[in-house]
Amino acid sequence: MGYVITEVERHAYDVVVIGAGGAGLRAAIEAHALGAKTAIVCKSLLGKAHTVMAEGGIAAALGNVWPEDNWQVHFRDTMRGGKLLNNWRMAQLHAQEAPDRVLELEEWGALFDRTKDGLILQRDFGGHRFARLAHVGDRTGLEMIRTLQNAAVAKDIDVFMECTLRHLLTDGERVTGAIGYWRPSGKLIAFAAKAVVLATGGVGKAWRVTSNSWEYTGDGIAMALEAGADLIDMEMTQFHPTGMVWPASVRGLLVTEGVRGDGGTLRNKSGERFMFKYIPEFFRTDTADTEQEADAWYEDKKNNRRTPDLLPRDEVARAINAEVKAGRGTEHGGVFLDIATRRSADYIKRRLPSMYHQFMELADVDITKQQMEIGPTLHYIMGGVRVDPDTAAATVPGLYAAGEVAAGMHGANRLGGNSLSDLLVFGRRAGEAAANHSKRAAAPKIDDAQVSAFAERMAAPFEKTGDENPYAIHSALQDTMQELVGIIRRRDELEEALARLERLRARTARVRVTGARVYNPGWHLALDLENLIGVSEAVTRSALVREESRGGHTREDFPKADPDWGAKNVVTRKRDGRLVIATDAIPKVPAELRTLLGEDKPTGEAATGATKTPVAAGDD
Amino acid sequence: MADVQVWVWRGDPSGGDFMPYKVAADEGMVVLDVVHRIQAEKAPDLAVRWNCKAGKCGSCSAEVNGHPKLMCMTRMNEFAPGETITISPVKTFPVIKDLVTDVSFNYEKAKTIPPFKPKPKDPDGKRRMYQEDIERVQEFHKCIECFLCQDVCHVIRDHDENKRSFSGPRFFVRLAALEMHPLDANERIDLIRAKHGLGYCNITKCCTEVCPEDIHITDNAIIPLKERVVSAHYDPLAWAIRRVRGKRDEFAAPEQKQPPSA
Repeated sequence: MGYVITEVERHAYDVVVIGAGGAGLRAAIEAHALGAKTAIVCKSLLGKAHTVMAEGGIAAALGNVWPEDNWQVHFRDTMRGGKLLNNWRMAQLHAQEAPDRVLELEEWGALFDRTKDGLILQRDFGGHRFARLAHVGDRTGLEMIRTLQNAAVAKDIDVFMECTLRHLLTDGERVTGAIGYWRPSGKLIAFAAKAVVLATGGVGKAWRVTSNSWEYTGDGIAMALEAGADLIDMEMTQFHPTGMVWPASVRGLLVTEGVRGDGGTLRNKSGERFMFKYIPEFFRTDTADTEQEADAWYEDKKNNRRTPDLLPRDEVARAINAEVKAGRGTEHGGVFLDIATRRSADYIKRRLPSMYHQFMELADVDITKQQMEIGPTLHYIMGGVRVDPDTAAATVPGLYAAGEVAAGMHGANRLGGNSLSDLLVFGRRAGEAAANHSKRAAAPKIDDAQVSAFAERMAAPFEKTGDENPYAIHSALQDTMQELVGIIRRRDELEEALARLERLRARTARVRVTGARVYNPGWHLALDLENLIGVSEAVTRSALVREESRGGHTREDFPKADPDWGAKNVVTRKRDGRLVIATDAIPKVPAELRTLLGEDKPTGEAATGATKTPVAAGDD
Repeated sequence: MADVQVWVWRGDPSGGDFMPYKVAADEGMVVLDVVHRIQAEKAPDLAVRWNCKAGKCGSCSAEVNGHPKLMCMTRMNEFAPGETITISPVKTFPVIKDLVTDVSFNYEKAKTIPPFKPKPKDPDGKRRMYQEDIERVQEFHKCIECFLCQDVCHVIRDHDENKRSFSGPRFFVRLAALEMHPLDANERIDLIRAKHGLGYCNITKCCTEVCPEDIHITDNAIIPLKERVVSAHYDPLAWAIRRVRGKRDEFAAPEQKQPPSA
């Protein structure tokens, strides 16, 4: 091809942050503030990362709307929403620090919607006991990313945009940097770094129906695994209950939980509000069992319990799945989400402007007059890189992870709104710990042989003579994960998925890339496939091992939650090029926090939607 | 379903041309779907930027039949059957490859804007702002940085030489957002005239027309900024008052609300 593959642009930093969403930007701002020479490296242009798509809000117990709210209640909601599989310390830090992180955004110019008293307004969301989400209409992520972006630019932090980092460099004991390529030029680039912060998000693009953008290819998870770090909870994937289902071209596109937070309700094709049939025992005491109580709850939370429309996402997604399977779904295989009959057109347009716009422009549906057709869409992975709760340190020295790429905080299921706050809380902590580490660490020694080997691997697809098309392999992967590692899982299907993943890996080895290295998406995807397939295998193997149903992981062949499994993380490691799955005990919740959680344990009895619990009136 | 045919500009800084591609059509398809299908089936190295595919990130800007558009929000059924459809890169910025242009101009301009600097907090340590006082700034915060307003602005679209001294509508929106922010205490007004070239704009409203977020760029951002520059620089009384009392008076809400006593 006429390229000298050993030509690699070199840089040296104290801290390299990979990813420029909420976690990456917040980490970089903190590391820079502590005096570390910091670089942000991101695959897209600055300000385009997936955080920009977040809609509903940032969960933080500010207590502006409900003074009864506090970190203890937020902690309880988060742990129960995660079916108690969460790392309790992360959930505690998150609940305690989220309000400060939100107020800090205001110091940097963010403009959240206001209460009548001029404070930050908060909205209702699934699994949160009180209206807790600071928001800007339904475009909170845009406000957050732009605020952080502007703050990073104002501090003159070095940003390497449209630059994909593909491998971590190591010296056998610790991380020494990272290597990848400039997307526009195709030239290779390597960073020597005393500390690397992964803020690369999740792996949604392994599924067919997903709310995630092309960037979600599991890069950070794959890089950490390759560098020897532990992953946990990889079987825990979140299907957001409300994605668009029609037209085909927008299938999976997110419809904010804010629609239900602001009064919308789910109905099947007969108009029945079916969520009342799917209230699991674990949430029974917190959940309204009549339509009257559910509707009254929006205004009066003291005397009414929460509508089942706002059960945690895993519960709602399974319920929708069950309704559709029972033949009560819509024409295009979803259910209806109705806000038109429940709120005024003015209110809908003011509170949910981008939903109004999205349905009008892309589906010819006026949500102030018509119902939306929605269904579950792969949205998030709770699993990821195992981290120390206080410092976000991975199990390999010099490596940190924050945001979706990290695991533990959300347990088996993440509550809506807890992601943006997670990015801020643990982004800051990761940046702080990475900067402190860099002050103690010696200058990293880059292994030139390792650099050359990775450089050759990245250039290899141009040299191949195979006939495989990377887009076709990606499409086959998405079908595999959608069909076999979806909302409801079982042993034979997971085993079949592993076999198919192996075949896809073999096909990937025969991918031939055409064209030059300048801005070549076919080449980029060919390299992404390795990550996508590798992380998909980690998800599938972990899902096989966990023989119970809990949160984002539902096994048709093990439909109940099992208390033994509830005390374990599934751990994934890469040893000698192969994935090794083990289990580890989850850290025990200290007694003083345990009292906040309630004594009951998740049972998973409504897990597949097959078991319906009778509605007991007056049950409190 | 029937096939669709589009003409996609393929090339690099040395030149290029429109190439015809025919792919199968789907119901509800947008232009970006067609481009993706071309990538998957015909031209794997076709360069295009995109992220959210939902009109929220502003990455997939291009010119469709010469009109600046987000490809993800442009439905194929907007075109008559048989109508020739062309997709080309935005014209104002230099081509890197195919539909991807070098938009670094915008990121360089962003660095020259004095950042938000907050006023002191209320005595109780809180910050209070009222919804009606922030709504006009929230309109500006809707900007997704698609840079279509920059693309269509004739000050720079046809005059590369103006780029040095003119920041373009996107940054007038940004400056207006900062200037009208109820809590901001930074000084920018001299820069707006001298460095960002507000005077070049002769309010033809082309930017407003292409804004996918429906921000009233000209009426709500540019014209108020122009008025502010004029009164700061050419009205001696306003100039003197500003020196003495600080800049906020001109943009203060008509009625300043007080925090509730209880």
